Amino acid sequence: MLDQLREPAFTKRGLSRRSGVPRRTPITWVRGGGLSTVVFLIPLLFVFGAFSWYPIVRTVVMSLQHTNLVQPATWVGFANFKAVWHDPLFPVAVKNTAYFAGLALVFGYPIPLIAAVLMSEVRKRRGIFSALAYLPVVIPPVVAVLLWKFFYDASSTGVFNTVLGWVGLGPYPWLQSQQWAMPSLVLESTWANAGATVIIYLAALTGVQTELYEAASVDGAGILRKVWHVTLPQLRGVLLVTLILQIIGTAQVFLEPYLFTSGGPANSTLTVLLLIFNYAFGNSLGGDYGKATALSLMLAVFLALFSLIYLRATRSWSSR
Amino acid sequence: MKSLRRIATAVAVAGLVALCATAAALGSRSSSVTISVASLIPGSTQAAVNQFNSQVAQFEKANPGITVKPVEYQWTGPTFAAKLAARTLPTVFEVPFTDARTLGDNGQLADLTPYAQKLSYFKEFNPAVIAEGTDAKGQVVALPKGAYAQALHYNRALFAEAGLNPNKPPTTWAQVRADAKQITARTGKPGYVEMAKDDNTAGWILTTVVYSLGGRMETGSGTSAKATLDNKYTIQALNMLKAMRWTDNSMGSNFSYSWGDINQAFAAGTVGMYVSGSDIYTNLVQAYNVNPSIYGIAPIPLAHNKNAGVLGGGTLAAVRPDANKAQLAAAVKWMSFFYEEPQISKTQAIRNAQTLVANKQPVGVPALPLFNKRLYDISQTWIKPYINVPIAQMKPFLTGIFSENLIPEPEASTQSVYHALDAVVEAVLTNKDTNVVQMLQQATSEAQQAISQGA
Repeated sequence: MLDQLREPAFTKRGLSRRSGVPRRTPITWVRGGGLSTVVFLIPLLFVFGAFSWYPIVRTVVMSLQHTNLVQPATWVGFANFKAVWHDPLFPVAVKNTAYFAGLALVFGYPIPLIAAVLMSEVRKRRGIFSALAYLPVVIPPVVAVLLWKFFYDASSTGVFNTVLGWVGLGPYPWLQSQQWAMPSLVLESTWANAGATVIIYLAALTGVQTELYEAASVDGAGILRKVWHVTLPQLRGVLLVTLILQIIGTAQVFLEPYLFTSGGPANSTLTVLLLIFNYAFGNSLGGDYGKATALSLMLAVFLALFSLIYLRATRSWSSR
Repeated sequence: MKSLRRIATAVAVAGLVALCATAAALGSRSSSVTISVASLIPGSTQAAVNQFNSQVAQFEKANPGITVKPVEYQWTGPTFAAKLAARTLPTVFEVPFTDARTLGDNGQLADLTPYAQKLSYFKEFNPAVIAEGTDAKGQVVALPKGAYAQALHYNRALFAEAGLNPNKPPTTWAQVRADAKQITARTGKPGYVEMAKDDNTAGWILTTVVYSLGGRMETGSGTSAKATLDNKYTIQALNMLKAMRWTDNSMGSNFSYSWGDINQAFAAGTVGMYVSGSDIYTNLVQAYNVNPSIYGIAPIPLAHNKNAGVLGGGTLAAVRPDANKAQLAAAVKWMSFFYEEPQISKTQAIRNAQTLVANKQPVGVPALPLFNKRLYDISQTWIKPYINVPIAQMKPFLTGIFSENLIPEPEASTQSVYHALDAVVEAVLTNKDTNVVQMLQQATSEAQQAISQGA
């Protein structure tokens, strides 16, 4: 109705009398809200430009240069990419990252889901359980790692070793062993990050139609069959999103190996991001920023391609 | 209208005041300069901070027009590189012997030559020490802060508790192993520990042990140097470590000590022996309040081999490359006052010692001469009344160190060589079945690549 009322004025001023096509002038553009759009857009463009797009462009440029950020940079073509590819630590870092991602997927992915399903079944004081699950997320990561470092004390008087000692287990070397270090990092990481995913699942579970559970009960389904046949299919979309987010997140794991082990013992927890960090800052004479940016780009391209393939492969499944 | 006029008048007056203030500031800037200087490592005690601030006050009084801003500072590879790139280092900062020359060659340090050569004592510097701060073009890019020889630090209380004589520390590596085993057996504490973190310290200590056995990590110099990490002495050193870790089980359960962690553990009385620089006592006091009665220091045990020697190193003070002329002049004055004069000027040496003593800081920590042995001995007589470190407990070290065969750190790509060795040490300490030879070959290849690239 409002549009109909405005139409005559528009026709009178904005339409060409001969063609009937609206004539765009600066005044009509301003009156049509063009200027305010630009004004609102400028801060956004500035923020994205300065903090997102410019660094990306600089990364691409730097990956083709050799620079210590003090002297002028020199162009080296794809030499940085070749050097990364031939670095003996590159396959080690890729393998370790895949190992971390695999362990996190096996243990870290189902735990929040199971916790959310169990918590959704709780009738009373659900808020307390949600808060407890979310608590590790609000603890600053560095504090959490320091706390767990204390727990992981490899001596027989360490916290975990003492507790396990009560049931005749251990002492275990935790972070002091090449075999145990990575699983130890995954354990802490799962504890630290599961809470956020639990909250997402809990929110998604509220959307599951209760009639379906009732119908399943009428059909004689137990809790496991209800979860399998009702809950999981209903959460399909959310599960697919959290899966890809977890894979991307674990491919970029840095905090835990950096703070717990610095990539040791003997490079057993050296991840791709830690290798990037080492290229950039590992050498006190000024880092190899070219190699660091080259590996960053390689990782970004890999994750972009992986996400694309994943989304295409799961498109039909998630929209079912 | 009246109120508008008042506002206009107020704005005009404020503008004038601001203009005058700016002019005054610009005027004063021409005759004064502010520099930031590396002070103490983060976490130092309040007494140490007070002592440093006293020195700053003395300097500012003697040099009106120079304002010194202390900045907490600790050299670590990653943070140094980041700060260097971000240009957030203080005007005067410290770097290890291993890095100054290359940083100078790369244009990452200011040229101090004209200012340094005006120092009355410049020609008295130990040529080997000042060479560490001179780049390939002959420009002086850093002045020495201190030099050290690697030493064996031991806990006298644990020695006594284990039935060992605290006045007779081990003089061979076989004794080190036997004593470590005995300490663990009798006290339950690790008898011998090593820095074994992936921050180049593990490689640094392994190189120290290899030097003491007669080995070297490289031959030649510059980018044409040859990495020799997989020599027979490195294998011998690693096998000894392996035996202490897996056969004797005398190294405890922590195999990721960094430089600070190991000092902390020692000060806490939980470590029998470890290897570090001879000047470490200062840090043990300033950062960890070590109980002086437990502290003992001995020379690194040397093998009966003509090439066996003690690894020596040190720290230099340098200036940011973007410092202006006034800042450069002020920075060199500070470096002279704070680092050099206490070792060459009687007045300054006594004043420095008095300040340290007044703030309960150590005086007389074992170090190597920056100038020459004669001047060093003279400077020690000046501060003799103020020496407050347990000098009798340092006798085993002080007796022989000046006649030892001191060997500088590997010259080419030092930190990269150490970094390549880090993983080998970690592997030996965390995996019983480590193939030492194979890992050393890989480390040699990594080090050679870094040397060839000048990294």
